[in-house]
Amino acid sequence: MEDWVAIGYLLSAALFIFGLKKLGHPRTAPFGNQLGALGMLVAVLTTIFSMQLAGDAQWVLIGAGIALGSLIGYIMAVRVQMTGMPELVALFNGFGGAASALVALSEIQKYIDGGTVPEGLELTVTMVAAGLSALVGWMTLTGSLLAMYKLKGGVSVFGKWIKTPTWGPSWLNPVKVMLVIAVAVLIYLSIDEPTNTTYLWSIIGISCLLGIVLVLPIGGADMPVVVSLLNSLSGIAAAFTGFIIGNSALIIAGSLVGASGLILTFIMCKAMNRTLPDVLFKSFGGSGEKESLTRTKVGSDADEVAMMIDGAQKVIIVPGYGMAVSQCQHQVKEFADLISEKFDTEVKYAIHPVAGRMPGHMNVLLAEANVPYEQLIEMDEINSEFPECDVAIVIGANDTTNPAARSGEGPLAGMPIIDADAARTVVIIKRSLSVGYAGVDNDLFYMDKTMMLFGDGKAMMTGLNNAIKEI
Amino acid sequence: MTPEFLIGNITLFVLAIFLGFELITKVPATLHTPLMSGANAISGISIIGALIGANVAYESGDTAISGILAFVAVVLAMINVVGGFMVTNRMLNMIAGKKRRGA
Repeated sequence: MEDWVAIGYLLSAALFIFGLKKLGHPRTAPFGNQLGALGMLVAVLTTIFSMQLAGDAQWVLIGAGIALGSLIGYIMAVRVQMTGMPELVALFNGFGGAASALVALSEIQKYIDGGTVPEGLELTVTMVAAGLSALVGWMTLTGSLLAMYKLKGGVSVFGKWIKTPTWGPSWLNPVKVMLVIAVAVLIYLSIDEPTNTTYLWSIIGISCLLGIVLVLPIGGADMPVVVSLLNSLSGIAAAFTGFIIGNSALIIAGSLVGASGLILTFIMCKAMNRTLPDVLFKSFGGSGEKESLTRTKVGSDADEVAMMIDGAQKVIIVPGYGMAVSQCQHQVKEFADLISEKFDTEVKYAIHPVAGRMPGHMNVLLAEANVPYEQLIEMDEINSEFPECDVAIVIGANDTTNPAARSGEGPLAGMPIIDADAARTVVIIKRSLSVGYAGVDNDLFYMDKTMMLFGDGKAMMTGLNNAIKEI
Repeated sequence: MTPEFLIGNITLFVLAIFLGFELITKVPATLHTPLMSGANAISGISIIGALIGANVAYESGDTAISGILAFVAVVLAMINVVGGFMVTNRMLNMIAGKKRRGA
C-alpha cells in the first residue's frame, strides 16, 4: 500500500471516530453523521484514486455498482415513511453484512480461479477470516431480514397477511451452539483443502440458518435490541473481511462499529431493564408465562371521555406501541389542537424511553404529525407533573405505565414507568384488557378513576375528536 | 503476508475495539435509533473491499465469478452507505433538528 493511501484511510478512520462520538450527543448528532459520511467519501475516493494511479482500473463494474447502489439507497432513504424507519435500518444492516461476506467470498473465488491459493500463515489467516466473515455476514443478512419482517408484524403474500411467527422451544438453544461449532469445524477443515468450495458453501448455508433461528424466538418488542446487536455483528464482519484483503480501513471502521454497537446494545437493554442473554435465549413474554385475566372492567365511550376533558386544565398524552401500530399520530395531533383551542387546555406528551418499537420511535412519529418539539417531555421530567394533571390519555401503552413495576417483583420489577396513575383521571385507549409484552396484568386498568376506551387507536381517536367537536 | 503485517492488523483490530467501547458512554434514548443507523452506515466500509474486488475487466458473458460477486457487494454496500447516512440525517432532523427546545 502506498503511503498516501494509508494516510487517506487514516483520515477516514479519524472522521469515523469523531463522527461516532458526536452522534451520541443531541446537539452534535447531525454534525457527527456528516463527519461519518465525509469519512466514507474520503475512503472511497482514496481507493478509486489509488486504482486509477496504479493504471489498472476497470471502470465498468465499479461505476455501474456505485451508480446502481447509490440510486437504490437514495430512493429508499427518501421515500421511506418515518414510521417505516426501524425496518429500513434493519434492511440496510443486512445489506452491509452481506456485502462484507460477499467480498470475502469473491476473494476466495479469485484465489481458486487464478490458481494463486496462498500458503502457510497467509492461508490460515485467509481461511479463518473468510469463514468468520461468512458466519457473521450471512447471519446478519438473514437475521436482519427476519427482524425487518418482525418489526412490520408480518408479510403480505398474494394479498394475504401472514403474521411473522415467534417460535423458540428451549431445545433450540443447544442447536444454535451446535451450528456455531459446526462452522468452526468447517473452517478448520477448509484450511487443509482451500480449493474445495463445499466447505465455504456449507458455512454460508449454516450461517443463514443460524441468523434465522437466532431471531425467530425473539418477540417484536425486543427487536430494537436485536437490530442493534446485528449492527454490531455487521461491523465485525467488515473487520474480518479487512484481514483477508489486508486493508486497515476495513479493520478499524469495522471493529469500531462492532464495539460501539455492542455498547449501544447494552445501553438499550438497560433502558428496558433486560439483560442481553435474557433477550437472546429466553423466550420472554411467551404464551406460557402470562397471567390469566380474572378481572373485568366496563368500557367507556367517546362522549363520556369528551365530557371529562371539557374543563380539564392540563392533559398529558402517553403514547405507546398502540399508537405506532394504528398510525394514529395525526389524529392525536388533531385532538391536541382541538382541546387547546376549544377548552384552552394545556397539552403535553409523556415519552417513555422505550415506548414503541424503537427508542425514539414516539418522537419520530409525533414529529411527523408536526407536534411541537417542546411538548414532548421525557419521562423523568414529566412524572412530577402528573399529580396536577386532570386527564392522562394513554394510547396503546401498557407495560410502560404498569404500576407493578414499582413493586419490585415480577418481570417488570425496577423498570422505570410513566406515573400516569397519579393523574386525576386516566383514559386508556386499548383494544382489550390483555396483558402487555411482559405478560403482567396492569392494575392501572382497574382503578376507579380509569376509563377504558376499547378499540383501535385510530378509530377511537377519530371518535373522540368528533365527540369533542360536538360539545 | 508476513507475521509482522498480521500482528500489525491484529493490533489495529484490538485497539479499535477498545476505542469503540470507550466512544459510546451515555446516550439519551431518543438518539439510540439514529446512532445505530449512523454506525450501521459506517459498517458499509466494506465498500472499499468490494471496489478493490470489482476492479476486474468486464467481458460480456465471461466476467470472472469473483468480479460478479464483488459487483453485487459494491451495490449492496453502496445502498447501505448512501441510504444509511441519508436516513440517519432525516431522523436527526426530525428528532433534534429545527424545532429544538431553547435553540
